[in-house]
Amino acid sequence: MASPRPEQKNEPWKDPGAQPYVRLEKLTKRFGDFVAVDDVTLNIYRGEIFCLLGGSGSGKTTLLRMMAGFERPSEGRIWIDGADVTATPPYERPVNMMFQSYALFPHMSVQKNVAFGLRQDKVAAGEIDQRVTDILKLVRMEQFAKRMPHQLSGGQRQRVALARALVKRPKLLLLDEPLAALDRKLREHTQFELLNIQEKLGVTFVVVTHDQEEAMTLATRIGVMNHGGIAQIGTASDIYEYPGSRFVADFIGSVNMFEGRLVEDEPDYVRVASDELGGTFHVGHGVSAAPDATVWVALRPEKIVLSRERPDGDGDNRVEGVVAEVAYRGDQSIYLVKLATGRQMRVTQPNTLRTGTGERIRWDDRVWLSWDSSSPVVVTQ
Amino acid sequence: MNRRSHFVTAMMVAGFLFLYLPIVLMIAFSFNESRLVTVWGGFSTKWYGELFRNQQILGAAWLSFKIAAMNATGATVLGTLAGLALARFGHFCGRPLLTGLATAPLVMPEVITGLSLLLLFVAMEQAIGWPEGRGITTITIAHMTFSMAYVTVVVQSRLATLDESLEEAAMDLGARPAKVFFLITLPIILPAILAGWLLAFTLSWDDLVITSFVTGPGSSTLPVVIFSKVRLGVSPDINALATLLVLAVATFTTVFGLYMIRQQKRRDLEVQRAIAANE
Amino acid sequence: MSKPFLLGELLAWIRAHGPWRWASQGLRARGYSGRTLVTAVPYLWLALFFLLPFLIVLKISVSEMQLAMPPYQPLVSWISDGVIALRISFENYLFLLEDSLYWKSYLNSIRTAAISTVICLLIGYPMAYGIARSPAAWRNLLLLLVMLPFWTSFLLRVYAWIGILKNNGVINNLLMALGIIDEPIVMLQTNFAMYIGIVYSYLPFMVLPLYTAIEKLDQSLLEAAANLGCRPVKAFFRITVPLTMTGIIAGCMLVFIPAVGEFVIPALLGGPDSLMIGRVLWEEFFNNRDWPVASAVAIVMLFVLVIPIMIYQRSQGQQLGAHR
Repeated sequence: MASPRPEQKNEPWKDPGAQPYVRLEKLTKRFGDFVAVDDVTLNIYRGEIFCLLGGSGSGKTTLLRMMAGFERPSEGRIWIDGADVTATPPYERPVNMMFQSYALFPHMSVQKNVAFGLRQDKVAAGEIDQRVTDILKLVRMEQFAKRMPHQLSGGQRQRVALARALVKRPKLLLLDEPLAALDRKLREHTQFELLNIQEKLGVTFVVVTHDQEEAMTLATRIGVMNHGGIAQIGTASDIYEYPGSRFVADFIGSVNMFEGRLVEDEPDYVRVASDELGGTFHVGHGVSAAPDATVWVALRPEKIVLSRERPDGDGDNRVEGVVAEVAYRGDQSIYLVKLATGRQMRVTQPNTLRTGTGERIRWDDRVWLSWDSSSPVVVTQ
Repeated sequence: MNRRSHFVTAMMVAGFLFLYLPIVLMIAFSFNESRLVTVWGGFSTKWYGELFRNQQILGAAWLSFKIAAMNATGATVLGTLAGLALARFGHFCGRPLLTGLATAPLVMPEVITGLSLLLLFVAMEQAIGWPEGRGITTITIAHMTFSMAYVTVVVQSRLATLDESLEEAAMDLGARPAKVFFLITLPIILPAILAGWLLAFTLSWDDLVITSFVTGPGSSTLPVVIFSKVRLGVSPDINALATLLVLAVATFTTVFGLYMIRQQKRRDLEVQRAIAANE
Repeated sequence: MSKPFLLGELLAWIRAHGPWRWASQGLRARGYSGRTLVTAVPYLWLALFFLLPFLIVLKISVSEMQLAMPPYQPLVSWISDGVIALRISFENYLFLLEDSLYWKSYLNSIRTAAISTVICLLIGYPMAYGIARSPAAWRNLLLLLVMLPFWTSFLLRVYAWIGILKNNGVINNLLMALGIIDEPIVMLQTNFAMYIGIVYSYLPFMVLPLYTAIEKLDQSLLEAAANLGCRPVKAFFRITVPLTMTGIIAGCMLVFIPAVGEFVIPALLGGPDSLMIGRVLWEEFFNNRDWPVASAVAIVMLFVLVIPIMIYQRSQGQQLGAHR
């Protein structure tokens, strides 16, 4: 999926002098014996959309709830805009949250729901009206101000929840699975709308999601979470193209993973011999690992070229096999190719030609798989 | 949808007949001219007239009403607090004991509750001089103690189905815990609290055994008066009284029930409309 | 909804002024919060008016009777020179053991309550099942009809049966008019009348928890069972009954426990020989004015009921826990 976000020009996380806007320092949360969040340190910069991506039980929601103040950390500190808020109760934090269930107050109209936060701050009545009207206009809900929550559809409720969380102009907006309750079509549309609104207001977002497409579309950076810890932080393409561990490579998208041994270790390339592959990988980047160490090579299915003829060149980065399964997916086809070693390799190819034209690859065809030396990624853990 | 077998349907009809036939007969005989309660002697409303001239019954009814209303209010406050603590405060120290204490009165035989409370009141009077004698105060305290358990259960099970993120959202938007309760939790669970109040009212209004233990001279509630009359035999004005009570409850429940059903229907319609409008 | 806001503002005003602020600051400084207060009020109430009374009953059950007000002797008395005399007497309990009246009425109460519970279950289960499987529009109405008697006076509903069961009551008059019998059948003041009264009064308590459990049961489970070749009757006993067990237990306990100590029904409908322990306790207390023996009767009854009460509380806890 193409990212709608224009390439970020300023990337504060690359600037060692930049001040983080939100800083989580060695944050740990235990529930009895269970460690939900384990020693997480994280910097988030002003204006970012930071996505916490992980499966259920990865600790992402607990981390979010600690930022909101609903859970008190067992250890560690939370700083927002230079202030230590670790012990600040939720009602005094400059943070607002959009809940997964939206949590709209069922006994209050849209207008009252949105005004609730401002009323708590004793904002003057005239200003409340003005700000509520403005924010409802921004989320295109101004004609629904008098409605009750149960009179709204799912998408409308989502927009009211967003308006309610934004109207207090929080320093930090937390979104817990903001789009999970919407159907697929609406979700895609809403992703772009969310980006638009964030850009207009410049509020810093932290989004929790289990949906990697959503994370990749929205995020300036993604923190992949596993077992309460952060497995990797980076931009969407960092994480997809340069996964730092087997877990991340496997979690994001689909991948062919091969165990192998470093046989050549040069600063600008390495060669990995893999018994599982029955051949060698020539990888165009250096690796910091001991010679002869066991490593893993991750290869994305769409980066593999499928052909009937033996490709030219020397013996690296190619392997022969038999097509075991073909799945037609419309825009692309998925092939499972059985190698001589018994391993299966997953290959996806775009269907550039219409079905029925040209000579297609079928079941039981003998084929060659090959890839560029820039495609495989070596991970050591 | 109709998966009921004939056996189940027959049992259901029989069950409802069993529940309602005695009440229907009682209502019918309240309009009986004859003093012999179960021998039909023609239609008459004279027993109603007699009932309204019976100062003892009217006085007892008024006393019962006052006690029931005070009890319901107190029990609702206590029960709501207990329900809130049990449903929302997680594992605080002493929670198992509170759970036990809050649900035990639901099943405790009334003779035990009544006896133990009386002995407490006597001991307290000896020790600190309060409560002085027994009467409205002791009856109300006793009723509050057993009826708050019902309110606790009603409130606790309502809160268990209430999305906790509503309260978190209010807190997140800047409301302190006490304010969250009054602005969000209370208005949403108000129907359940109201139901709890009515339940507590009815329990108190209806109670004979516990009242008999903790009552004092001059404070005979309606059930106490009825019981002493009934022990002497059936009397037609009790039929009339029963009819009035049944009709009052039935009317109230029916109106309330119909109102709730209509609200629900309207709401369902609006929900459907909102979903349809969006597509 | 402007009222809640008013309330909230009132609350804020109270908080901002005077004594409240000092009090709450003082409490908070010592580590107490609103939560503590919310828990403490019902806690103290129940400790004072529910827990403490049992201890007093226990105490009085081991003291001796005297003809005075209150009619029992103190356990602890001051004898001259500061010597404290503690008099504990288990005579009351021994008395309960010796006199066959007491243990017979315990056994009789348990038997009567158990039989009534089974009858309630046999009538209540089909009713609850029928209501749960009725069209959705009917369900609430039927449920309301089950609840309605519960909201009307218990005493008057028991009283209604006197008019039906007595010698010149509705049933006997009807049967005699039809010529089926010549002599009225004695029904009032028999065990039969007592069973009718208990089942009639406690039936709603059985139906409601059963309904809740049956209504939650996923219909497709029974379809799956039928699909796998299980006949309806077998499916009922192997699937419906086990899955509605919490409702069955809750309903049975809600009938059994209060029925054991029931007083009104045996007093109005039962005969002089229908010995129910609740009635024995009542008479011991009001007629004989023997508070220590009445207390001992209550304590033993409590011991008999401790296990059913615990079973009930566990099933109740499971039901509430399942919501989360």
